[in-house]
Formats: sequence, C-alpha cells, structure tokens
Amino acid sequence: MSVILLDNVHKSFGTLKVLDGVTFSVNKGEVFAIIGRSGSGKSTALRCIDRLERVDQGRIRVCGHEVSDPQLDLRQLRRDVGIVFQSYNLFPHLTAAENIALAPRHSKGKTRKEAGEITARVLAQVGLSDKAQSYPEQLSGGQQQRVAIARSLAMEPQVMLFDEVTSALDPQLTGEVLKVMADLAAGGMTMVLVTHEMAFARNVAHTTLFMHTGRVWEQGGPDMFERPQTAELQQFLSAGL
Amino acid sequence: MNIVFNSHHLVFLLQGAGWTLVLSLIAFIGGGLVGFIVALCRISPSRSLRWLSMVYVQLVQGTPLLILMFLAYFGLSIVGLTLPALVAAGISMTIYVSAYVGEIWRGCIQAVPRTQWEAAECLALSRVQRMGLVVLPQALRIATPPTVGFMVQIVKNTSLASVVGFVELARAGQVVNNSLFEPFLVYMLVAGLYFLLCFPLSWWSRQLERRLLVGHRVEVAAA
Repeated sequence: MSVILLDNVHKSFGTLKVLDGVTFSVNKGEVFAIIGRSGSGKSTALRCIDRLERVDQGRIRVCGHEVSDPQLDLRQLRRDVGIVFQSYNLFPHLTAAENIALAPRHSKGKTRKEAGEITARVLAQVGLSDKAQSYPEQLSGGQQQRVAIARSLAMEPQVMLFDEVTSALDPQLTGEVLKVMADLAAGGMTMVLVTHEMAFARNVAHTTLFMHTGRVWEQGGPDMFERPQTAELQQFLSAGL
Repeated sequence: MNIVFNSHHLVFLLQGAGWTLVLSLIAFIGGGLVGFIVALCRISPSRSLRWLSMVYVQLVQGTPLLILMFLAYFGLSIVGLTLPALVAAGISMTIYVSAYVGEIWRGCIQAVPRTQWEAAECLALSRVQRMGLVVLPQALRIATPPTVGFMVQIVKNTSLASVVGFVELARAGQVVNNSLFEPFLVYMLVAGLYFLLCFPLSWWSRQLERRLLVGHRVEVAAA
C-alpha cells in the first residue's frame, strides 16, 4: 500500500522547469532514496511532498491527504509528515528539549507531562539524553541534526523526509547522523531521503530513484548501483559522488 | 532689582524634566503598542492590511512631528475637540513613534531567517504559534538595541511639545530664561538635564549591542 504517491508532477520556477512529469510511489515501511546531481529536481520533489512547494500540474497524495488540493488542511498534513533539513533549522532561543517539546505541546495538544515523556524518549532514540538542556549553539553540527531528527519524530509522524541532512556536516560527523537514520529505517519508519551518500542509499534504502533534468531516470533496488541501465546513471555513479 | 538663579528655578526645571519623562513614557508605551500592530500589519498575509499600514507609515514619516502637534492641539480644537496639552502631545508622540518603531520592528521580524518560519510550519504550528513561539522571541533579541537607541530620540523630540504650551523641560527653560535673561546658564542646565535623561539609555543600548555581538548565551555556557 503506497503512503506517498506522486503522479505526473510538474513544477517550474519561472521559466525553469524543475520537475517534468515525476511519478513514483513509496510503500509503508519503505526506505526510499532519491539521488541525482544538484539541480536535478530531487530536493524540490521532496519539498512538494510536504507542500513547501506547490506543484503546477499533477497529483500528490500523502497518508491520505490530497497534497495538490488547494483546500488541503496543511496542519493535518504536517502532523503526519516529519521533515529534516540540510541546515538543521533548530530554534536558537530554545534548548534541545524545548525545541522537541514544541510540536507535541502546541500542535498536538499534549500535556506538559506527556510532551516531556515524548521528548525524553526521542532524545534517547538519537542518543542525546544528556544534551536536553543544551542550546543549539552549544551542540556540534551532528548533534544539532540529531536533535532536529528527534524534533520531527516527536510529532509521531507516519513518514519522515530527509533533505540532504548530512551535506552540511564534516565527514567525521555524518556517521552519527546516518546511524540514527539507519536505526529508524530498521524500526520500520517510512522514509524518503534525498542524499549524496551513495553507500547509505545502497546499504539502507530498499528503493533508489535516480533523477536527472527533472525526470525520473531510473529506479530500482540496491542492485541498481551494480548494473545502471542508463548512461547518465553510469556517469553519475562513476563521478564518485 | 536683579533676580539671580536660585533653587526655585532649579525646582521648576526639574519639574519640567519630570514632565518630559512622563511624556516620553506615554510616547513609548502608546507608540510601542500601536507600533507593534503596525509591524504585524506590515507583514500580514492580507494585502489590504499591508497596504493600509504602509500608507500610514509613509504619511506619518513624511509629516514633521511639529505639524502633528499643531494638528492635535489647534486642529482638533477647531472641530470642537479641545484637548489638554499633555493629551494632545501624547497623541501626536504616539502616532509619530508608532510609525518609526513599527518599521524598526518589521525589519527585526523579517531579519529572522525564512527557514525558521519554514521549520515551524513543518511542525504543524499555526501562524499565531509560529509568530509567538518561534519568530517573535528571536526578533525581540534583534530589536532591543535599535529600540532602546530610538528611545533617546523620543526623549529629545518631546521638547516639541513646548509649542502647544506643555511645560516640559524645554518650555520650563524658556520660562526661567524669560525672567532671568541668562540664556547661556539656563539652556546649559536644560541641555545637562536632557543629557542625564538620555545618557543611561544610550549606554544601555550600547551594552545590549555588545552583548548581542558576543553571543547571548555566554552566561549559560559558563554556568
């Protein structure tokens, strides 16, 4: 059963065509990686899923919400979809615990006690229980990104989206973030990730999608990396990204 | 008989300084409240609110405070609304301050990175929650130094209320000078009193700016 469905999605920024008839679907519990060069439209596709961008044409359905419907209740959609950004985007005036408790308290209406329990649980899940009272600027990039993941998890979403979440990190720090994501995947979370980490896509993702010039160029399981069908994917993989 | 500067004159000047302080507070509190609404309207999703507030700001900023004072005091009395000098001055100062402070605060709200709005939006927070829990607390930090700096302007601009006969510090100085004919002495004293009112604000503003530069969480990190 597909949790996310994109059907012939088109999107332009001005005269620049970013998505040119993109179609794919993600099943419950699936780990779905999108790879491709910068400017191939992969991040835009991801942002369309959470309606951070509106599509020009085509249909998107996520957890039963018609995302392309202008009447959509955005807050309902976003309670079901967690998203983590490249630049973490933690709230600098709040501690890690306060960042995390915000959504349960204010968008899901949990009591202070319930929100505290959720916060403790997700912080433990990303291995940062001892950093609950730290402010973002007191944390390393990897720790900030793990708090950002925890903050999304605290909404108890059905789907998690990751937009190049390790691209801003030093190579030494990407490992701790990828491990958290691998744990999540092993726990059965439905995940869509836009990534430059080929090893991660290959080892953790069930399905990988290669985007090129705004189109789905190739899609397959881990064996796609061994036997790319198209010259473009071959070239992309051999560029050693 | 030659009158010399004595303690009665000094007390009169100090009373004037007291009224300057009162008018400054009215201007700041009134102007701050209206200015906050102006700032919110300037960034409102509603096009007509944005337009209305923009026109308001342009009109007020394009009008000398002196003219606002004349309008509130003499202008309104012609249509039968005679206001006490303090009220007329308070209203004009409130209008004047709201237009400037509204623009300062709009800039501070917009200085909070777009990505913070986006992150808050993705946590399913409503617009009011995004504003109140995420954006305004950060904008407040950015806004404090320029706001305190602007308070110095407010204190000095209250001197224009003397034209509608409100006896604040500048007017008190004129009155004392009219009886003594010692302009240099009297106006030096008046200037000194304005300085005493303004200097703490300037100093505070500079402190806030410095603390903001160093990083606001130093004391927490040290704890």
